[in-house]
Amino acid sequence: MAYAWHWEVFLQLAASGDTTYLGWMLAGFETTIGLSLASWTMALVLGSLAGVARTLPGRLWPGLGTAYVELFRNVPLLVQLFGWYFVLPELLPPSLGNAYKQMNPFLQQFLAAFICLGFFTSARVAEQVRSGIQSLPKGQKNAALALGFTLPQTYRYVLLPMAYRLILPPLTSEFLNIFKNSCVASTIGLLELTAQGRQLVDYTAQPYESFIAVTLFYLLINVVVMTAMRRLESRVRVPGYLGGK
Amino acid sequence: MYEFDWSSIPGALPFLWTGMKVTLEITATAIVFGIVWGTLLAAMRLSPFRVLSWCSAAYVNLFRSIPLLMVLLWFFLIVPQVLEHVFGLAPGSDVRMTSAMAGFALFEAAYYSEIIRAGIQSVPKGQVAAAYALGIGYGQAMWLVVLPQAFRNMVPLLLTQAIILFQDTSLVYVSALADFFGAAYKVGDRDGRIVELLLFAGAVYFVICYSASLLVKYFRRKVSA
Repeated sequence: MAYAWHWEVFLQLAASGDTTYLGWMLAGFETTIGLSLASWTMALVLGSLAGVARTLPGRLWPGLGTAYVELFRNVPLLVQLFGWYFVLPELLPPSLGNAYKQMNPFLQQFLAAFICLGFFTSARVAEQVRSGIQSLPKGQKNAALALGFTLPQTYRYVLLPMAYRLILPPLTSEFLNIFKNSCVASTIGLLELTAQGRQLVDYTAQPYESFIAVTLFYLLINVVVMTAMRRLESRVRVPGYLGGK
Repeated sequence: MYEFDWSSIPGALPFLWTGMKVTLEITATAIVFGIVWGTLLAAMRLSPFRVLSWCSAAYVNLFRSIPLLMVLLWFFLIVPQVLEHVFGLAPGSDVRMTSAMAGFALFEAAYYSEIIRAGIQSVPKGQVAAAYALGIGYGQAMWLVVLPQAFRNMVPLLLTQAIILFQDTSLVYVSALADFFGAAYKVGDRDGRIVELLLFAGAVYFVICYSASLLVKYFRRKVSA
């Protein structure tokens, strides 16, 4: 198989005329990072709420939390994404649906992907938060309540600070997953890293170079996140717990 | 308000079932080959030979750090060329199914190998020592003593991974291969009923995956009991 390698293709002026093909890649890289970080913020907030809900006393809140988690965990990411992008605008009141459809296409795609990844990942974060809280000795909660803390205060000052430190390693892998999952947004046309790579194949007919470049970008994200999180993990590790000193 | 019209679903059921069979076929192949190859990778990783364990670690880390969609795109690009080259297939013959299966199997193997490695390491060291003391070699000790116990502990995790895999097969959408999701999308596109078909597909996936996850819970209780 003779394949003509042309790495210099990245420095050629892209078809859009204003930048090189490498510029396209970097633009996609930025979108991937922006989308992932935005969704991660949403996932952390919603996931924490749902995770806490599953550990509350009574039946109502744990039930709602469980339903939430099961819903988002048992439907494929791609189906969820198409749901937010194609289905929801139709089901909204016409004024809202039309407002969405008249937005700039990039914004439409970004918004759908952001909401989709946020909800999808929040269900996984919720599971980690729940297991973190449940792994704490029961005495911690009882002691806090006996000292006169209200239930919200118990969570805020006693349970959650410990739980977050314990679940940092699994959260790291969810954080890595969100970058990887963000590439699904290319299926609705969002020009993130993977989509730019595929576009490059169409424009330059150099599939190997562009796919290798995209793969390297994902490896780069992975290495940077891993290194940063290892540092953070060793700082917040709880002495005396598994993996602690 | 949107007016639902579910009438295009009943007629499309046979087509959707064909799609479901593609989904199940890919899932099953990927599970079988993923576990076999994953077991080998785990054994390599834990073996005393540096080169083997390094190769296995590199493979696993590489596949775990790139998105599945990217892996699939690679395979849709490369496998057809390799097959054409090796078997002299006519250019343009439809090998998307083979590519998809190969891509999923090799990708899942990386995840399975991590599960299996943890499972093997969960078997107390004394078991291996006892096997050696009885005069059993490394291979047999692995096969007869360690792996049976390890797999028992791993069943819930392996099943969970299978559920994830089942959901991920929908990504073959990028190759326009008509798996269950692709079939549902095609029907919806044809009849202008995307909303109904996507909701239907979501519901089917939910029912299957939720039932399977209940099964996992049952196994988990059985294993820990």
